Amino acid sequence: MEFWLTQAFNGISYGAMLFLLGSGLSLVFGVMRIVNLAHGSYFLLGGYVGLTTVSRTKSFPLALLSGALSVALIGLGMERLFLRRLSRQSLPQVLMTMGFALVFQDLGLLVWGGDPYTLAVPAFLAQSVQAGPVFVQFYRLFIIAVAFAVGIVLWVFLERTRAGASIRATVDDAEMAQGVGINVPLVSAGVFALGAFLAALGGVVGAGFIGVYPGLDFEVLPYAFVVVIVGGLGSLPGVVVGSLLVGLLDNFGKALFPELSYFTLFAPMALILALKPTGLFGKR
Amino acid sequence: MASSLRIDGLRAGYGSVRVIHDLSLRVGEGETVALLGTNGNGKSTLMHCIMGVVRPGAGRIVAKLDGIEHDLAGKAPHQIVQLGIALVPEGRHLFPRLTVDENLLLGAHRSDARRRIAENLELCFETFPALAQRRDQLAGSMSGGEQQMLALARALMTAPRILLVDEPSVGLSPLLVAQVIAKIEELKRRFGLTVLMAEQNLAQAIRIADRGYVIVHGRIEFEGASREELAKNDLVKRLYLGL
Repeated sequence: MEFWLTQAFNGISYGAMLFLLGSGLSLVFGVMRIVNLAHGSYFLLGGYVGLTTVSRTKSFPLALLSGALSVALIGLGMERLFLRRLSRQSLPQVLMTMGFALVFQDLGLLVWGGDPYTLAVPAFLAQSVQAGPVFVQFYRLFIIAVAFAVGIVLWVFLERTRAGASIRATVDDAEMAQGVGINVPLVSAGVFALGAFLAALGGVVGAGFIGVYPGLDFEVLPYAFVVVIVGGLGSLPGVVVGSLLVGLLDNFGKALFPELSYFTLFAPMALILALKPTGLFGKR
Repeated sequence: MASSLRIDGLRAGYGSVRVIHDLSLRVGEGETVALLGTNGNGKSTLMHCIMGVVRPGAGRIVAKLDGIEHDLAGKAPHQIVQLGIALVPEGRHLFPRLTVDENLLLGAHRSDARRRIAENLELCFETFPALAQRRDQLAGSMSGGEQQMLALARALMTAPRILLVDEPSVGLSPLLVAQVIAKIEELKRRFGLTVLMAEQNLAQAIRIADRGYVIVHGRIEFEGASREELAKNDLVKRLYLGL
């Protein structure tokens, strides 16, 4: 019992981090049909910037903010200066994001070196408490709370505001969105920056949890893709379900069959895709 | 209230495929002009050129609004909508996973229209009473006729001066086609619109057209100065009636 509860809690908190990572990827794909292989790099860079901020200012909230915002700016620059030139050419776009991922990887190595770091989280979050049979780390609760808050804000933004409706209209029919006067290039730039922001936020949060080290970018990237592919590309509820599912599968898989860890992650994905090729919540 | 459209020497296409060749036409103030032609003759491409979705290779597209001429070629779609030009596209192109209300609100993207959203919504529901009962329904779940009405209402929400209607009859039963055509006429009279309507259905189109053009393979092959001239023309007869 203790084992199952502990692993479930760990799985959910890991899923919460994956939600931050996957929601941005899903949003960007939904609006722009861009498969962004540099999405894991945003996670990594967010973690590094957060790390530096904490070591300079000792402020964790500032780390969250600076990590997410600086990487959002990088994303914005990538979209406006580079990806825009390849609009609607999916293969060149994928190759360009791959190129960026490699550049970011080396840049990370150059600036932050090859050592692994863990971000120092505030003391009150570093505590843990015994709740029944389960040992609850506050920091994991914090990650769940952050993901929950971000999920609610995203949902309200997408479903209840005019800008959100413009984004959904662009997902539904980009050409007609232009036709009714939506500035689609502006929406695309905004969504791309938002996607990078979310991934980097996940990276800062993750840096206090799984740490930040060279290679992390390409380690989390497949998880991000599994989350959005299982959930259905471009669907927010899909990302919620996908990230929880992947978080739990990964945790239980690693705990029960450690030698099969990738199998327990990708076999269910293959099965879901075989039964429902658009993912659980995908429409197309 | 003056609003008119003038196209001169337009050439356009996709990549190396030329769809429109040296096309010129006029839509005068307050006119309803029909653009007749069967599928694949460039009607939709022309509409997309006017809206800025397709960039013309050559030629001019000029909208004259209140005495000011605006060169549309080279402008972005949202800038063209901003001027007061709205498109009801072929196949309706609603946002299927958005509600009726959301579709209408997104129609009101023009800043002129944004200030009068409540007023325009009321007008829309008054003009299309069937939509008023379906405000929270997803657009994709409505019938074809209702969807076409919503597409018209959405265009109306931009408070346009010039309305482009592309194949409003596609996929609708004859009875619904007649209703939609009558609605376009009603909107035009009520809001003083200038209308360019591309249509395959000759009999329905000439019910409300003041005059029209016949487009064949991207060229204007005939210009009818009145609806009678259009109805009697040999080319029109050959294309539509197989005579």
